[in-house]
Amino acid sequence: MAVLLPDTVDEAVRHLTAAPESTVVAGGTDLMVEVNDGHRRPSSVVAVNRIPELRSWRHDPAAATVTIGSAVTYSEMLVGPLAAMVPSLAQAARTVGSPQIRNAGTLGGNLATCSPAGDGLPVLSAVGAEVELASAAGRRRMPVGEFMVGVKRTALAPGELIVSLTVPVVDGWQGYAKVGVRNAMVIAVASACVVLDRSRRTVAVALGSVGPTVLRCPEAESHLAAALDWSTLDVAPAELGRFAELVSEASRPITDHRSTADYRRHTVGVLARRLVRRASSAAVAA
Amino acid sequence: MTTTIGDGDHFSLHVNGIRCEVTDSWLGESLLDVLRDRLGLLGAKGACEQGECGSCSVMVDDVLVCSCLVMAASVVDQPIVTIEGIAPIDAPSDVQAAFVEAGAVQCGFCTPGLIVAAHDLLERLPRPSETQIREELAGNVCRCTGYGRIIEAVQQVAVRRAGGGS
Repeated sequence: MAVLLPDTVDEAVRHLTAAPESTVVAGGTDLMVEVNDGHRRPSSVVAVNRIPELRSWRHDPAAATVTIGSAVTYSEMLVGPLAAMVPSLAQAARTVGSPQIRNAGTLGGNLATCSPAGDGLPVLSAVGAEVELASAAGRRRMPVGEFMVGVKRTALAPGELIVSLTVPVVDGWQGYAKVGVRNAMVIAVASACVVLDRSRRTVAVALGSVGPTVLRCPEAESHLAAALDWSTLDVAPAELGRFAELVSEASRPITDHRSTADYRRHTVGVLARRLVRRASSAAVAA
Repeated sequence: MTTTIGDGDHFSLHVNGIRCEVTDSWLGESLLDVLRDRLGLLGAKGACEQGECGSCSVMVDDVLVCSCLVMAASVVDQPIVTIEGIAPIDAPSDVQAAFVEAGAVQCGFCTPGLIVAAHDLLERLPRPSETQIREELAGNVCRCTGYGRIIEAVQQVAVRRAGGGS
């Protein structure tokens, strides 16, 4: 076995090209659980936790985007300017595990694992994030919705590394909510992210833990975009009720050890409606 | 420059200010296993080995983490502080003393992790509210105390550090 600790993306990619079977580790919060259980015994590990490009984020005011390195941790996402620019990501980050897990786990790791319950993933989908990937052939970008293929399956090619996520800074309101059996240290039974883009007058709703990967709700989105009063972010109760129904209908949940399909279908509707109510209240308060 | 650690290579960790050579370990081993089984530091405890219980909490590069989820070979050159490095054995830290006084220790299994986490909490939030203490210590599970006395102990330290109380 070998453990490689590169300082740059180019070096990391060189190792991944030479040994495409290598396992990439950032925070270790997913990988080490499998290693400790004996489910995984990697032959080669590329640890990316000391690559400055992956550990940092930058704001591009002209493009109205923020690019977040793949090894930025949840703890780093829930404070400061990053939290102010992408508040739903900060909210999602705050619901992840415990301080210890948030200090280690990374956004890139969340995406690479691509669990149906990954807390950052509905946010990345709803805000319209793009993932940047590096390989020996150069760099490419794709919408996260295309990158997330299925349960723990992504479009990452052998030898490729997740470099960053570019997230639009949305003019409007955004929020994330999840339901689990308790408040701390919990994997989502169902989760939702709602983004109300005021300048474009578009709604985005993305759901977690109710399908093989994150699901969007095109019908619910266009329904709310038409029903919403864009100055007050208010919506008539009947229209909000219909919105929640359309969200539930867009879900494709299963019954497993964490919950039932029926409960999950109901819950995502409730969560999405709750988030829109929060948006209205925030607009009143502001 | 890439640091490469291969089979049969020794690597060194900086634990509690001391450079420790790690030999004979499987390179995929967790920091927890290396601390306990290779370096003989038995303070950090292993229970869940999946980051749920927090009894293996240590500081790596000034950040509180579960040592069971850190691949030891990936943190060479980074300063590591374990419970053994918090205070000398005959001179407990203010947090350790407060845990004893408040009766925040019963079986003691979770205590090393909680002490490390409480020190970190009080560094970042010198005057935490009860809610903040509960949220910040949510990653450290205690099955004996019911947490009440642990929270009291942390509050006591906060008051004393601010110059109040006895």
